[in-house]
Amino acid sequence: MNLEKEKLVEMYRKMLEIRHFEEKAFELYGQNLVPGTLHLYAGQEAVAVGVCANLRKEDYITSTHRGHGHCIAKGAQLDRIMAEILGKKRGYCKGKGGSMHIADFSVGMLGATAVVGAGIPIASGAGLSIKLRGTDQVVACFFGEGASNQGTFHEGINMAAIWALPVVFVCENNLYAMGTRQSRVMLIENVADRAVAYGIPGVTVDGNDVLAVYEATHEAVKRAREGKGPTLIECKTYRRKGHSRFDPATYRPKEEVEEWLKKDPVQRFKTKLLEMKILTETKAAKIEQDVISAVEKAAKFAIGSPYPAPEEALEDMYALEDVKK
Amino acid sequence: MRQITYRDALHEALREEMLRDKTVFVLGEDIGRYWHGAFKVTKGLAEEFGDERVRDTPISESTIIGVAAGAAITGMKPIAEIMFGDLSALAMDQIANQVAKLRYMFGGQTKVPVVIRMPFGAGVNIAAHHSQSLEAWFMHVPGLKIAMPSTPYDAKGLLKTAIREDNPVMFFEHKLLYPIEGPVPEEDYTIPLGVADVKMEGEDVTIVATLYMVHKALAAAKTLSKEGIDVEIIDPRTLVPLDKQAIVNSVKKTGRIVIVTEDCKTAGVSAEIAAMVAEEALDYLDAPIKRVAEPDTPIPFSPPLEQFVIPNEKSIIKAVKEIVY
Repeated sequence: MNLEKEKLVEMYRKMLEIRHFEEKAFELYGQNLVPGTLHLYAGQEAVAVGVCANLRKEDYITSTHRGHGHCIAKGAQLDRIMAEILGKKRGYCKGKGGSMHIADFSVGMLGATAVVGAGIPIASGAGLSIKLRGTDQVVACFFGEGASNQGTFHEGINMAAIWALPVVFVCENNLYAMGTRQSRVMLIENVADRAVAYGIPGVTVDGNDVLAVYEATHEAVKRAREGKGPTLIECKTYRRKGHSRFDPATYRPKEEVEEWLKKDPVQRFKTKLLEMKILTETKAAKIEQDVISAVEKAAKFAIGSPYPAPEEALEDMYALEDVKK
Repeated sequence: MRQITYRDALHEALREEMLRDKTVFVLGEDIGRYWHGAFKVTKGLAEEFGDERVRDTPISESTIIGVAAGAAITGMKPIAEIMFGDLSALAMDQIANQVAKLRYMFGGQTKVPVVIRMPFGAGVNIAAHHSQSLEAWFMHVPGLKIAMPSTPYDAKGLLKTAIREDNPVMFFEHKLLYPIEGPVPEEDYTIPLGVADVKMEGEDVTIVATLYMVHKALAAAKTLSKEGIDVEIIDPRTLVPLDKQAIVNSVKKTGRIVIVTEDCKTAGVSAEIAAMVAEEALDYLDAPIKRVAEPDTPIPFSPPLEQFVIPNEKSIIKAVKEIVY
């Protein structure tokens, strides 16, 4: 691994940003400031950051209902993400999308879809667009293990495979699709095994180890940029909280939760960076303090932002550009 | 003016737009060099533009549309073909939840310039899975525009407009229309969406008819004129946007309206048009609104059964005579 020191520190910072952002979102929810629901990314930070650290600004990602982490990792601004979650006008989608539908096209974040598995064909389509336009961009497509039981997983990955599209399919296997444990709905242990069916590489990595995710993605992105087609990467991970805001996650055995909390990706990466002498405790504390104040600032921005005017509900239906004569 | 078929008019529109704009490409099942599409609309396109821009896909309707959506939001102009309209059910999430909603959900950050072509219509003995007319489904989804040309002239002009649109356009054709001939200019022209065509002017009764039903209405009008009933026929040509004014103006003149569509009557297109007339022109009506549509059954196979359910000249004449007395 040939990662620059600065890059490693930046990855650590991004992971912390996601963790603190999610904690803040959870807190604001408790204060009745977040309408609807929240699917927190906390616990899965190593996946979004490990993948996106391989991407350029012009590369694309597609995301899911559990998508805040993807937005942050791809470079979207904390304040506008938080404003969207709060339903505010200054949110990325002017309050029309909310937590489950954030997009920031200016950084290649093509949006989160809350229909499980629906982003897979869209990612393949972005890959086809890249191929037809002849650029060397790539697409990273995030989805959960639950999505791998959807027809779109089969159709979308197969189409990307036969056309050798530059897409990296990233399955975040957090063991549970809502309350349904993986073993109840598939007879294989590794979703990556399904790659065989499409004739593409499938790799399973420790999704709580950001460097393992980085390395696997590095290979896959290289392959994609060289026109060799897609890869399916499965990242084994775990969410710290329930499926959504009100889910106490009683379906998860206590021992299992404790086991996974010990493998916390943020703490693990910090320990690793301390061992590598890239971080010191003082420096780590300084970074964390910076992150906390950035998240505070984002929350203040979001809380202080106005709601959209009710009649804005009627806007943004159609692109107004007239038919070119 | 030269006469060409509806099929050739569509083909010319595709070809000319592909020549005009490099971002335009077509995809669908068996549309390429080995089959040229179930109705031969794409004949010769793969040979001229190559297999990259005329893409044969696997049998994956959902992903055909999803890929089109992904390509559209990243700068391309895909034209997706669904071989038979009934099969759009397989792609419904991508059409109704993704293509139609992405722009709105993301607060206007993106546009989705996708054209989705498919043939509807009964009359060729291919039964329940290849014959239905489902335009009402899509009319109920905000975000989609709908064109359904009844003549070769409209087919070419509307398809060109649809391709140049920045918004998703559902483009509905009819199996029985492909071989019919009509005048089509050789020079470039477009037809704006939302402008109805008055096929025939008359004083006694307005018939609003769509797609193949326009031709049946014209035949019925001919018979009726021999009996002294003067019919005005309006083909809306696009359902979204709907040229309400053209319909209302006609009703103001005739005081009577018969709506003829090939979809099921319940919650069908005719219901929407009837409601619109009731809301906006009730005071001008001298008789109840009449609807001629299919009964609420799937399309049966056997010729006498199938012919029984499709609206025809007789049923149109009967409906007219019920309100013109």
